[in-house]
Amino acid sequence: MRADGEQRSGRGSANSRVRGALLAVLALGAALGGCTPIEPWVKPYEREHLADPIMSLGRNSIAATYRDHVFETREGSHGATGAVGGGCGCN
Amino acid sequence: MQLAVRPGVRARPRTRVRARRIRLLPPFARTLLALAVLAAPALGGVLPEDEADLMYHSYQGGDITVQGPSVLIRKKIGDSLSLTYNYYEDLISSASIDVKLSASPYHEIRKQNSVGADYLHGKTTYSVGYIYSKEPDYIASTTYYSLSQDMFGDLTTISLGYRRGWDQVYRDLCAAPHPTNSECPDIINDPTFHERADHWGYSFGLTQILTRNLLATLNYEIDTDQGYLANPYRQIRYQSGGGAGFTLAPQIYPDTRTSNAASVLLKYYLPWRATLTGSYRFYHDTWNVTGSTVEADYTLPVWKSWIFDGSLRYYTQTHASFFSDLFPYANYSNFMARDRELAAFDSVTVGVGATYQFEVPQVPWIHKSTANIRYDRLMINYKDYRDALLAAQYGAGNEPLYKLDANVLEVFLSIWY
Repeated sequence: MRADGEQRSGRGSANSRVRGALLAVLALGAALGGCTPIEPWVKPYEREHLADPIMSLGRNSIAATYRDHVFETREGSHGATGAVGGGCGCN
Repeated sequence: MQLAVRPGVRARPRTRVRARRIRLLPPFARTLLALAVLAAPALGGVLPEDEADLMYHSYQGGDITVQGPSVLIRKKIGDSLSLTYNYYEDLISSASIDVKLSASPYHEIRKQNSVGADYLHGKTTYSVGYIYSKEPDYIASTTYYSLSQDMFGDLTTISLGYRRGWDQVYRDLCAAPHPTNSECPDIINDPTFHERADHWGYSFGLTQILTRNLLATLNYEIDTDQGYLANPYRQIRYQSGGGAGFTLAPQIYPDTRTSNAASVLLKYYLPWRATLTGSYRFYHDTWNVTGSTVEADYTLPVWKSWIFDGSLRYYTQTHASFFSDLFPYANYSNFMARDRELAAFDSVTVGVGATYQFEVPQVPWIHKSTANIRYDRLMINYKDYRDALLAAQYGAGNEPLYKLDANVLEVFLSIWY
């Protein structure tokens, strides 16, 4: 009984290891799938409008900063106004 | 909101030595100034262009005039490094409602120097900078560090930023007797008053191309301030008998403040070569100030050399938990403030601007140059801040609500080389 029990127990642990390995493979596959380069849905040659200077988030930054300063000195709120740049790779 | 009374804190009688002025900038706003000038155009994967700007700025409203120059210079060193220098000056002349209530009109100059560097490595831009601001009663030093990374075929830019500020707070006094509501002839730093304030800021930004005509940005910022965060010149008022029906007393602020701000912006390219920008920002802090900002901007190039801008901005906020226009009695609460910036109010700002692009054939190294002008009309309606100067006429607490209209002007030249 003990031997059978140990056998069953060992088989059970082997099965759980296999299941674990399968899950790991599936997770790895999913992770590798996630690493597949994302195809840009807006191609570089389609960014003509985005590259137009009037679309720049940093246009006239010296004036925009002064204007933000005027508001910040008179309001209780501040922060989260900084643009992080165009980021469109269209320069 | 019911506030607890802190035992042992007594309102001081109206000071004999009149504070000479009302400091214009709240402490937590000072360290933010110029960060955007230095850091905003830094893109992941692209260094900012070589550029020089010369600006004159002017603010007039509420019997305050602030004007002065600002100079910005950017220059690349090789292919990977860009350096930035900015000089900014405020010439302040104030006889605001706060000054008239409890201090003396004043003139002063605030000067600010900023340096920054952007280093490009692959698709990552690393930025560092230092800002130093000095005026007679306030010195602020700030460093900042950020990085921006382009990814997903340059559709996405992620940026992370950290900012640290150290402020030295002084209080000016008038050392010579002078008539009320006239400028002090001899201003000195109060030798018994020297405070500090520290600031930490963490920011996250995401810029995303959504379509061939649409950009979006998300920004999140958490800031913590610690130290002396009050304005040493402004005062609260509480009800009392006789005279105008109130007595002035010093403000008492908490020593810490933590704020969260999140914003979203969408910028759309219209079929007739124009852009429409919409943005929203939500703000909340541990002083219970909650603010919302909505703005729409329209940009339209016309003819060959002109670009026109128009904007409409709406802002609203709730008051801080320890703000009151008129406290019921002295020592009412452990924290008490009457700063207008902590009152409940809303504001509307209407702005227009024009840019003219011109050639400078005599200077071949300048490849683009523009002349720019922008005007904004700012209209603030306070909901629980009253014009205490009219207390004798209406009675304390029954005065008309205060309103502030201001004209903001910027004129600047820009060259790219």
